[in-house]
Amino acid sequence: MLAAVRAALTTYVPVLPFVVFALFPYYHMAVTSLKADAELYNPLKNPLWIQDGATLDHYRVLVRETLFSRWYLNTFAVSAIATVASVIIGLLAAYALARLRFPGVGPFGVAIFVTYLVPPSLLFLPLAIVVNHLGLSDSVWSLVVTYPTFLVPFNTWLLMGYLRTIPRELEECAMIDGCARFVILTRIVAPLAVPGLVCALLFSFTFCWGEFLYSLAFISSAERRTLAVGVVSDLIRGDVFYWGSLMAGAVLASLPIVVLYALLMDYYVSGLTAGAVKG
Amino acid sequence: MPDAGAGGRELTARGRARPLPRAAPRSRRSSEARLAYAFLAPAALVLGGLVAFPFGLALWFSVSDAWVGEYGRFVGVDNFVRLLGNSIFRQTLQNSLVFTASAVALKTVLGLTLAVLLYRVRRFRRLVRGAVLMPFVIPTALSTLGWWWLYQPTYGVLNWVLRRLGLIGVDLPWLSDPSLAMASIVIVNTWRGLPFFAVTLLAGLVAIPREYYEAAATDGAAGWRSFRYITLPLIKPVLGIVILFSTILTLADFNTVYVLTKGGPMNMTHLFSTLAFQLGTAGGRISDGAAVSLFLFPVLVVVVALQLRLVRRQTAYE
Repeated sequence: MLAAVRAALTTYVPVLPFVVFALFPYYHMAVTSLKADAELYNPLKNPLWIQDGATLDHYRVLVRETLFSRWYLNTFAVSAIATVASVIIGLLAAYALARLRFPGVGPFGVAIFVTYLVPPSLLFLPLAIVVNHLGLSDSVWSLVVTYPTFLVPFNTWLLMGYLRTIPRELEECAMIDGCARFVILTRIVAPLAVPGLVCALLFSFTFCWGEFLYSLAFISSAERRTLAVGVVSDLIRGDVFYWGSLMAGAVLASLPIVVLYALLMDYYVSGLTAGAVKG
Repeated sequence: MPDAGAGGRELTARGRARPLPRAAPRSRRSSEARLAYAFLAPAALVLGGLVAFPFGLALWFSVSDAWVGEYGRFVGVDNFVRLLGNSIFRQTLQNSLVFTASAVALKTVLGLTLAVLLYRVRRFRRLVRGAVLMPFVIPTALSTLGWWWLYQPTYGVLNWVLRRLGLIGVDLPWLSDPSLAMASIVIVNTWRGLPFFAVTLLAGLVAIPREYYEAAATDGAAGWRSFRYITLPLIKPVLGIVILFSTILTLADFNTVYVLTKGGPMNMTHLFSTLAFQLGTAGGRISDGAAVSLFLFPVLVVVVALQLRLVRRQTAYE
């Protein structure tokens, strides 16, 4: 009993402000998105919960009167293609770096690590010129092509760490049977690396879904935008009273990631720590 | 040499097996190398064409007078000299320092505290970890919109709570007063980066053998003393990596500032990235923009060098 009180006082009471700090903006976003304008813009009403009944009006406006559904489609297509391509490229590179011996393995590993640390805000201006020369400016393909610049280093790094935990003996057995490296990679290593691959897919998809700077810089037509940029730059209209649909947009746009996260939290945790801790 | 002597047959990149000649190890090695290069080629193409090449372009732009659509001619360090003489740029330099130093310091202190607390949480462990990790997972630009709404002076919840508690008489202009705006973006950046610190440091805490604490306890050291003399020294390498990593991410932050203030009021919250964006895309002054983002480069070099040393030292322990 005393131990329980002690635990509550030294652990659960101090951790509570952190939990509230982390979640409150989301709670408030959800509450706002469900409130009628009359209540939303009455400074005397309590903003912390809904008093005058919930409404889906803001969501209706979003789906019917904006390009929101279009942005959803764009974001999904870009994220899916960029993610799958980057995980395949990353797996091949990781396998080479973790398992094969060749001249230059060291410098290559360092190069991957260095590009992993280069922030997009250092590159977006010249990258916009490259995108332009490829004839992809103002196209969603500009994003499919550029997102791998931060996904490939991350996936390679993550999967390298993961492949090192798979015993080599399994591959050696297959080699005695005369299997080619590529067959070994697809038939033996990849199935064993499924948890690592799931982690890479999840992280890559999450990165793509929320990417903001490249999408903002490379795409100028409203109907080609991705969700994050569309919600931030196109939902803000001339009048003041847009907060309801703005919050509804943020909630709906975050929803797929929230669902993935709720279902597969452990993969997120392992990916997050692998990114920084494992050498 | 784990795959030496694999049954007297050599494997080629195409997957056909042929009988091994006498010089087996060497030819095996060269075919392995060819395969490795083939596997690395797609990654090399992406990173060479879309990271290294644009980076080279950025270097060129920063020493040329390029405007939209042209490559410009060499002007030496003119862009940098002009930037350093520009009051907006000097303000940005100062903002970046204040922003990065205070956000990283806050994240370190709060992150370490949160990691220690998470380490002790037994019941509801998944729920608590799941909750504090949320800001890292949800797209930043969207959750920053939520903060924008919290900071709204008239209808925002922050001023409402402060009014209710009797702490303020008039509404605070969170995003339009220079120092409040800086504080506001520091808070949001801290909020977003805290989970990364907490979860990574937690992994470091879990790796510390329990026996150390038990031995310390028998010697009468507990609480703060065991934290100071056992936890802190042992978690230092991880802490170092996390701080370095976060320094570059914080300094290069774009989303927070763009969504909340766009660099205002009066350029008091501009960071390198937002100023580069404003000059390069909105203003069409690509060379100036590139020169501004290149100021991130020296910091990046230092961080990468230290990071590599730390990572190598850590892997050497394993």
